[in-house]
Amino acid sequence: MADGANPESSAQGSGETRREFLYLTAGAMTVVGAAGAIWPMIDSMNPSADVLALSSTEVDLSPIEEGQSVTITWRGKPVFIRRRGAEEIAIAEETPLADLPDPQTDDDRVEKPEWLILVGVCTHLGCVPLGQKTGESRGDYGGWFCPCHGSHYDTSGRIRKGPAPKNLEVPPYVFLTDNSIKIG
Amino acid sequence: MSFKTNNKVVQWVEDRLPLISMGHHTLYEYPMPKNLNYLWNFGSLAGFALVTMIVTGIILAMQYTPHVDMAFNSVERIMRDVNNGWLIRYIHMNMASFFFIAVYIHIMRGLYYGSYKAPRELLWQLGVVIFLLMMATAFMGYVLPWGQMSFWGATVITNLFSAIPVVGESIVTWLWGGFSVDNPTLNRFFALHYLLPFIIVAVVVLHIVALHTVTSNNPLGIDMKGPQDSLTFQPYYTIKDLFGLGVFLILFAGFLFWAPNYMGHPDNYIPANPLSTPAHIVPEWYFLPFYAILRAVPDKLGGVLAMFGAIAVLFVLPWLDRSKIRSCKFRPVARVFFWIFLLNGLFLGYLGGKPAEGWYVVASQIATAYYFFHFLILLPVILPMIERPRELPSSIHEAVLKS
Ligand code: HEM
Ligand code: FES
Repeated sequence: MADGANPESSAQGSGETRREFLYLTAGAMTVVGAAGAIWPMIDSMNPSADVLALSSTEVDLSPIEEGQSVTITWRGKPVFIRRRGAEEIAIAEETPLADLPDPQTDDDRVEKPEWLILVGVCTHLGCVPLGQKTGESRGDYGGWFCPCHGSHYDTSGRIRKGPAPKNLEVPPYVFLTDNSIKIG
Repeated sequence: MSFKTNNKVVQWVEDRLPLISMGHHTLYEYPMPKNLNYLWNFGSLAGFALVTMIVTGIILAMQYTPHVDMAFNSVERIMRDVNNGWLIRYIHMNMASFFFIAVYIHIMRGLYYGSYKAPRELLWQLGVVIFLLMMATAFMGYVLPWGQMSFWGATVITNLFSAIPVVGESIVTWLWGGFSVDNPTLNRFFALHYLLPFIIVAVVVLHIVALHTVTSNNPLGIDMKGPQDSLTFQPYYTIKDLFGLGVFLILFAGFLFWAPNYMGHPDNYIPANPLSTPAHIVPEWYFLPFYAILRAVPDKLGGVLAMFGAIAVLFVLPWLDRSKIRSCKFRPVARVFFWIFLLNGLFLGYLGGKPAEGWYVVASQIATAYYFFHFLILLPVILPMIERPRELPSSIHEAVLKS
């Protein structure tokens, strides 16, 4: 603000600092005010109340046989439910953590070893991996294979090979009875 | 300026708003180098494409419904029931591709003749901004028909932002307005697809103001030094631009009427299904080189950075290329590498359309490395050491007379 100051007041040394103080406080208040006005607009693009309200789903597990997989929808995304056989569980439990890009024990990923429940969205860029239907490729580790850019997941839904950085996400769920769960 | 009129009304307006003399100056007496070749037609062709997109787009918007349950059917209704709807939609679809063809040639022209060098740096950078806005617009437009490629293209591309550390996931949720690509996403993409072309128009105006400040480059890459080096825009370049437009439209009509879906993907005529990803998702052809760069890097964040980096290097190119000579005509080494760069770019485009497996992956990695090598090492470091440019002619006029 030096060019705005007149020589007399700066000679006295008081006028300039007072004007600078006013500039600064006014400027700061403008920024705060503008941010306060813009935030509601930005936030309006976040998920709305009705979208948030749709966020839980109940599933009856009794029709699912051992070795079978089903896909249901939760929050607009596919959720994979696989009833694993003893062999698949054993492989998943015995894999050394050192072999995993995103180390996590199988135990941390299931409530009951028989039921593997995952968000069926590749952690790379969001495609739905193959492996739910019979005849589809399950990748090199017997779990799922994402054809979009080639990510392989194991029988615990953990990433083993390919560009995806993380394991398939486990959604929050609780067992309501022995044979039914609530997701979300 | 030399604009004069005897008409009282025109003079009255002129004294209050100098619109007519501005138009006269830009489209009539504006001096152009007299040695331009046909590669200088693609700017006006891109402008024509932009206007066509806006006109057909607004007409489509009168019939289109941006809702997940109705979007696909509303586009089918445009195709079957709306009077001439098929024609208007096919013009919009194919002109999007032709727009990119024109702009890619326009960019390559700039690379070959050094049109990004002083004093045209800002002109070039405004062009890169237009290119980015075009890509955003076309991406969001492709989501609107809500077919399988629309849905999965939107999913993959919006997920790119999840690679940003810490805040990535929140940004993606914010972009979607939900937990996956869904109705809120489609709605906002429609709003933005309507808006962005007008922002492009605004940047094009700046691009042209910058152009008229620094004037056009030319195949020799030397400045105009006087009236003997130039021609007035009217009639010489108005007619040349119009002739080029005629040829452009003949080719366009060929695609429009005989192969309207050639540049599209058949999967986009399957309604979007959030539970099943098509076996090969590929973006529209004009994104393929960048898509190949994205997939070449075996790390999520790295791939995203490389893809955006591929455009960022264009933005700083005026300072990467250290040669004072503009045109590759007088740069015997740069000229060879220009063609290698172009072939490498086409090869990246080919790879972007192939599945990410086997030798395709290795080849994309090599081609990606070469892309960056060209801008970051070859131009700034190697060429200044090894290239001895040929002698420049003393003026455009003299060079034209000699040939
Ligand atoms: C820079 C200019 C533009 C570009 C590059 C562009 C690109 C595109 C693309 C690639 C599509 C998908 C076509 C398809 O496969 O069906 C599309 C659709 C659409 N665009 Fe544009 N567009 C532009 C301007 C506009 C404008 C100004 C509007 C006006 C509102 C508009 C309205 C629409 C509508 C309603 C659709 C959906 C109908 C359809 O899919 O054909 N566009 N656009
Ligand atoms: S989205 Fe699954 S590998 Fe890229």
